[in-house]
Amino acid sequence: MPSPSCNVTVASPLRSYTKGASSVTACGTTVTEVLADLEQQFPGMRFRMIDEQGRIREHIRIAINTQMINDLNLPLTSRDTVHLLCALSGG
Amino acid sequence: MPTLWISTRKGAFSLGSDAKRKTWKLAGPQMLGHIIHHVVQDPRDPKTLLLAAKTGHLGPTVYRSTNRGKTWKEAKLPPAFRKADEGEEARAVQRVIWLTPGHAKEKGTWYAGTSPAGLFHSKDGGETWQPVAGFNDHPDRSKWVQFGTPDGEFLHSIMVDPRDAKHLYMGISIGGVFESLDGGKSWTPLNQGVAMEYAPDSTAEFGHDPHCVAMHPLMPDRLYQQNHCGIYRIDRPANTWERIGKNMPKKIGDIGFPILLHPHDADTAWVFPMDGTTVWPRTAVNGKPAVYRTRNAGKSWQRLDKGLPAAQAWLTVLRQSMCTDTHKRPGVYFGTTGGEVWASANEGESWKCIAQRLPEIYAVTVAN
Repeated sequence: MPSPSCNVTVASPLRSYTKGASSVTACGTTVTEVLADLEQQFPGMRFRMIDEQGRIREHIRIAINTQMINDLNLPLTSRDTVHLLCALSGG
Repeated sequence: MPTLWISTRKGAFSLGSDAKRKTWKLAGPQMLGHIIHHVVQDPRDPKTLLLAAKTGHLGPTVYRSTNRGKTWKEAKLPPAFRKADEGEEARAVQRVIWLTPGHAKEKGTWYAGTSPAGLFHSKDGGETWQPVAGFNDHPDRSKWVQFGTPDGEFLHSIMVDPRDAKHLYMGISIGGVFESLDGGKSWTPLNQGVAMEYAPDSTAEFGHDPHCVAMHPLMPDRLYQQNHCGIYRIDRPANTWERIGKNMPKKIGDIGFPILLHPHDADTAWVFPMDGTTVWPRTAVNGKPAVYRTRNAGKSWQRLDKGLPAAQAWLTVLRQSMCTDTHKRPGVYFGTTGGEVWASANEGESWKCIAQRLPEIYAVTVAN
C-alpha cells in the first residue's frame, strides 16, 4: 500500500530547496519517512535540518499540526500537516 | 588582475581590481544572510571555487562554483562525522570553517576543517566529503582536543606539502599543530617550543592554540605560526618551534590571529598584532591598528601603519582575513571585524581602504 501523502509547510530559510514553495507534499507514515521523501524531492534539504546523528538541529523545530515534536518516528496520516520551522537564531 | 573574496557573517562579497590594483569594485552580496567562513579558488582549475557556509538556522554545507563564482551548487554530501556507535560521543559538524585544495597532482581533491574539530576529504572536487578517520577517530583525539575556544573548536590551516601529497599539517584551536606523513592515516603533535600560558604544564605535547599556521610554498620545510601565545617559526626537520615574536616591540607584544607569508620570499611575513593583555580585548593594540612585517624570518619586525587609522580604531583581523596576491611585488590585503577591507600594493608600506561597511569579515582570499 502506498504511503500517505501529507502537507508540509516550509519555513523561508529552506525554500531555496523547494524553488520558493512555502508548502509541498511528501509521502510517509512517520516524520522520518517524510523527511526522506523530501530529501528525494529536494536533495540536500534534510541535512540542513537534521544532523549526521539524526538529531533535529538547534534552531530547527518540527511540528505535526499544532504539536511540536522531538520524536521523528511519530505516526502520520494524510490529514496531518508537518511544519518545518526555523526558531530564532540571533542577530 | 586579482579578485578578493570576502567571507562575512552575512554573505560573500568580491572585490575586483584593475591591472594596477589601484581601483577596486565591490560586487555582491552573494548568499545574503548566509554565514560564510571561507571562499577558496582551486589553483589547479582557476574557474572553480569552493565556499563554506551555513545560516543561523540551517546546518553547515559547502557550495561549488565552476564559473569563477557566478553561480553556486551545493555539495551532494557535505562534511559530516560518521554515525556514532552506541555509547560513543555523537559529534555533528556545526561549521565548516576551512577549505584547502589538495596536492597539485591530485586534481579534484580537497580538505575541509570543521568545528567541532574534524578533518574531511573530497576526491571529486567538493561534491562529496568523507571523514578522515585517521584524525576524527584517532584514539588520542579526545586527549588532543579537550576544549575549544569561546567560539568552539576549530580545525584550520590544513597544509599539503607540494613535494609530497601524503605529507600534511594542520592546526587545531585548541589542540596544537599536527603532522601526518601518510595522507592523514596517522598524526603526530608538533608543538615543542610553543608556550601554553593558560595550561599548568607548558611542556605538554598538545593542547596548544595555533591561531594560524602557514607553510611557505617555495620552502615547504619552513612553517610560521601565529599562536595564542606568540609568533613562531620552525624549519624542519627540526621539531622545536622558535618564538620569533620575542623580537616584536614589547609594548605591542606578539599576540594576534593571522600570519601571512610572502609568496616569493620565505623570509618575509606579516602579522596583525592585537591586545592580548589583561582580559584579552583582542583589538588593535591601543586602538591604533598596524601590520608588522619581518624581512629576515623573524629576527626583526617593522611597523607598517601608513594610511591606517591613527587612533580610536578598535578592530580585529581574524585568522583567515589576511592574504596576498601573487604579483611580483605582491599586494597585501586584510579584512576587519568592523567590515573594512584594506589593501597595500607595496607590501604593506602604505594602506588604502577599499571597502567599508561590510558585515563582520571572517576571511579574505585571493582568486586570480
